[in-house]
Amino acid sequence: MPSQRPLPGRIQPAPEGFLDARQIEAVRKGRRGFLKRAFAAAGGAMAGAAAAQGAFKGESEILELPEHSRGLGQPVAARAYGLPSQFEKGLQRRESPGLTRVSAASVSFAPLQGMFGIITPSGLHFERHHQGWWDIDPARHRLMVMGMVKEARVYTMDDLMRLPSISRMHFIECGANTGMEWGNVAVPTVQYSHGMISCCEYTGVRLSTLLDHCGYDRKNGKFVLAEGADGSSMTRTIPMDRALDDVMVAYAMNGEMLRPENGYPLRLVVPGVQGVSWVKYLRRIEVGDEEWATKDEAVHYIDLMPDGRHRQYTSIQECKSVVTSPSGGQTLLDKGYYNVTGLAWSGRGKVKRVDVSFDGGRNWRTARLEGPVLSKCLTRFNIDWTWDGRPAVIQSRAIDDTGYVQPKINQLRAVRGTRSIYHNNAIQSWKVSETGEVGNVQVF
Amino acid sequence: MSRSSSFLAAMAIALALPVAAQAPFPGIGRAATPAEIAAWDIDVRPDFKGLPKGSGSVAKGEVLWEAKCTACHGTFGESNEVFAPLVGGTTKADIEAGRVKTLVTGDVSRTTFMKVATISTLWDYINRAMPWNAPKSLSTDEVYSVLAYLLNLAEIVPADFVLSNETIAGVQKRMPNRNGMQREHGLWDVKGKPDVRNVACMKDCPVSASVASVLPEHAKGAHGNLKEQNRPVGPARGIDTSDGKAAPAAVAAVSPSLALAQSKGCMACHAVDKRVVGPGYQEIAAKYKGEAGAESKLAAKVKAGGVGTWGQIPMPPHPALSDADAGALVRWIVSGAP
Ligand code: HEC
Ligand code: HEC
Repeated sequence: MPSQRPLPGRIQPAPEGFLDARQIEAVRKGRRGFLKRAFAAAGGAMAGAAAAQGAFKGESEILELPEHSRGLGQPVAARAYGLPSQFEKGLQRRESPGLTRVSAASVSFAPLQGMFGIITPSGLHFERHHQGWWDIDPARHRLMVMGMVKEARVYTMDDLMRLPSISRMHFIECGANTGMEWGNVAVPTVQYSHGMISCCEYTGVRLSTLLDHCGYDRKNGKFVLAEGADGSSMTRTIPMDRALDDVMVAYAMNGEMLRPENGYPLRLVVPGVQGVSWVKYLRRIEVGDEEWATKDEAVHYIDLMPDGRHRQYTSIQECKSVVTSPSGGQTLLDKGYYNVTGLAWSGRGKVKRVDVSFDGGRNWRTARLEGPVLSKCLTRFNIDWTWDGRPAVIQSRAIDDTGYVQPKINQLRAVRGTRSIYHNNAIQSWKVSETGEVGNVQVF
Repeated sequence: MSRSSSFLAAMAIALALPVAAQAPFPGIGRAATPAEIAAWDIDVRPDFKGLPKGSGSVAKGEVLWEAKCTACHGTFGESNEVFAPLVGGTTKADIEAGRVKTLVTGDVSRTTFMKVATISTLWDYINRAMPWNAPKSLSTDEVYSVLAYLLNLAEIVPADFVLSNETIAGVQKRMPNRNGMQREHGLWDVKGKPDVRNVACMKDCPVSASVASVLPEHAKGAHGNLKEQNRPVGPARGIDTSDGKAAPAAVAAVSPSLALAQSKGCMACHAVDKRVVGPGYQEIAAKYKGEAGAESKLAAKVKAGGVGTWGQIPMPPHPALSDADAGALVRWIVSGAP
């Protein structure tokens, strides 16, 4: 079908640049015959006004050489630290209005709707601060390991960066990600529904290296406390078996040092566990024999259950996935082929499979997993879809290597009610309407 | 053991050494001094390990609360301006039972005292993090006092109570939600048991017929113009939710002055165009327009703190603020905070 048109198929999304809102509406409604008229109307942008079918000579983008093909570009190091294109301004981290009261104890969400692959660019990593962020002089930063150890020790950044280093890719997800949607649909886009997740390559030292170095008490040391150096001095308890497993003390992220918003110069990386445990500006590790019940494990990050009790020490981010394109708040400009894409992850291991449904969960097809597929790391999935112009409900469902299948929201609610805020890993539904508009809905 | 096998074993140990537990890493790190450990080891556990000796009365706490906490948490810990209310929602019966009843039924917003089970949590947190804009500035006795006052506001202790390292265990027995936590769940251990077992049905799967929830129309534009939150190329565009209104600049660049005010914690209590805890900056600009010497007077006030010009809520002192920063901030505020 597309080949019968006088225009190259991929031109369709582009007209937005010179179409007004009414014309875009016409695209949504009429589609077919519309394009002819649109191009006639947009004559100025065309090579001659000869847009009538059959007389199409070609696009101005091709027929008229642009400035960048005819002039001299900018020199090297014009921007000593590179920046995204001016056309990418829309993709930014953003706050969700009304979610928090002051911006130094708040969240900004990553724009998942426009991201590719599995690595989050450092500048788009979601933020969560409890008492503002700092840019700390690394030469003056210290890490102390103490408590139930043979010898309490102090490390400078020099010390830490001399130790055996490892690099690992992991996701970090806030325990409250998708927390606004326990009851009803509340936010318009995937940025606000799922954007408290990021995934980076971290470089640093195994926490076990430091614990061993200090001679931790193997018999009675059952927990470690991690503490930050900032005003909040964020503290979280981590069980010793986790601490010895894959927890890292990281100084680098995506090939450069951590960003200040992410804990420069040192943060804990606790794979598979909610972001609050990834203590930023890490200054102290204490080994102990009991949990600490700190503010963020005794007043917040506790999950209210229907019986009125709170679950304390919830940590693991269970298997979850979401389609990122197309997703809420977007419009498809035409029928036809789409590469539907999304992200899947599990705090308990690797993603084994992702299925996608286009009819609200009645029928499913298995998506292609992009490599690498790593443990406790985002996995990108893709699947072919030809939109026939009729309403559709798109869902994705991930399965991890423990065999756990991502649940539906009603299944989670049956156990946890609607007030728990944290750990909502339900299947997400996006409804595509006839106009091509994609909206956030709940279908189960 | 034969000679050769013991030789092999010795080799194995030698080979394993570089990765083995006790790798010595010569030259890395040093022993912490007792003074350093004391300076940083501030955590207090539910069994009160780490709790320093000291005490404070409700009466002293009230004075402190008024001076250092009211601005953000309200006179009775009830304010919703800067953070969720600390006090409220608990009853005498809850104190008896150790379970907060409204948590079972209510859709009410949860206050701190409705949730927290352990008194140590509050001691530890206030000591490390409050006041929010001047953390770790309270003395040990001040932490006891202000916590005693909060406990009194929550009707857990009487007005003549003195909270101390000796009396705190008794208070623990009266915490309204002390029996309100549970640990039986699979979300602490990586190998924990999940709550829900979904099955990966592939064909003609059972689903409920209707859409259970849709984003309400009015909420579509509540997050700004979605068109500007998407890319201008690709398989889809953002929906225009500007409603015909002129689109606000895509995240206005933060001015350096505003950034300074944010970094100094001023924006926790002030906004440019409206009252939050303190007066709006435009209000301040209007009040001091044309007044000679206003800038130096206000800079001094910001540093020293003060009360009474705009109402009964005090502004806390900012002793760590440099003169240069105070001057720059006030100049910017008095010019209407452009
Ligand atoms: C400048 C504003 C401000 C001032 C002044 C302030 N607080 Fe806070 N307080 C906050 C904010 C914001 C939070 C939440 C921080 C977070 O998100 O982690 C908070 C949290 C708390 C909490 C924990 C509540 C919970 O449910 O997590 C307690 C307890 C508390 N404050 C006590 C105090 C006391 C006592 C004082 C006075 C000594 C004080 N605060 C002064 C802003 C303030
Ligand atoms: C904890 C809340 C809080 C913080 C933080 C805070 N202020 Fe204030 N501010 C107030 C209050 C309340 C008033 C009103 C005081 C009064 O009525 O005298 C005020 C008043 C002011 C005034 C007007 C004073 C007058 O006498 O008219 C200025 C100027 C000002 N603040 C600037 C700042 C700057 C700059 C910062 C950051 C360094 C800051 N404030 C931080 C609460 C705060």
